[in-house]
Amino acid sequence: MTEDSAETVSLVVPSHPKYLYVVRSALYPIVAAAGFTKRDARRMILAVDEACSNIIKHAYGNDTKKTISIVIQNDREHFTVTLRDYGKKPDMSTIAPRDLEDVRPGGLGTHFMAAAFDQVRYDTGEEQGTLLTLIKKKMQVKA
Amino acid sequence: MNVEVVTKNIDAGILMLVSGDVDMNTSPNVRSSLGEIFKQGKAKVLLIDLSGVRYIDSSGIATLVEAMQHCMKKGMRLRLVELSPSVRDVFELARLASVFEIFATQSDAVAGL
Repeated sequence: MTEDSAETVSLVVPSHPKYLYVVRSALYPIVAAAGFTKRDARRMILAVDEACSNIIKHAYGNDTKKTISIVIQNDREHFTVTLRDYGKKPDMSTIAPRDLEDVRPGGLGTHFMAAAFDQVRYDTGEEQGTLLTLIKKKMQVKA
Repeated sequence: MNVEVVTKNIDAGILMLVSGDVDMNTSPNVRSSLGEIFKQGKAKVLLIDLSGVRYIDSSGIATLVEAMQHCMKKGMRLRLVELSPSVRDVFELARLASVFEIFATQSDAVAGL
């Protein structure tokens, strides 16, 4: 892929869990075309699904009438997904992958995001809401 | 995308067949079906056949972990059957593949019971 062929896809979905399927369906062909292995592609899609679920649950408190803006950028070096919400900002001290030896329901979403992407960044500097950026380096793409 | 859950009585206990995508939208349906099974009383074995599940997220995994914990408390055996590669990968990512009893087929799951 050349710089000229870098692509950006934007998607805005309501904060209702029924749209998670729409997000996954939109993401799948873009990740697949970016050249990642099937396993990496599945994990990246899972991570974005988990990010949306966390926004619905935690940022919007399960209010299904809000919106989630998703921007997918695929260039020569990186595959980047940014998710913007306008809800409650996360308490950064509580965001960390949990100990997987502790078998209990819940708390896996953050772990899935960290496992699928090289960088997971929360920007809470905006007046309202959070910008979550997930970045995967293309150097890991296998031929 | 919906999830479909069918429950059947079998010789070994109860068989639950799940198909579709199990995510934050649909996992409450799976949890509700499990609640109905647990309300009916104690079966020796609960088999959950996931061969029709092509996608599962952390909410689906959490539902199965809750079911496993309930079964352990009640003395039931929970066995998962026929995980697709994508579903198995999520179990491995969560390091739960060795926590659950997972079988390739329904007949393997009931063998020796």
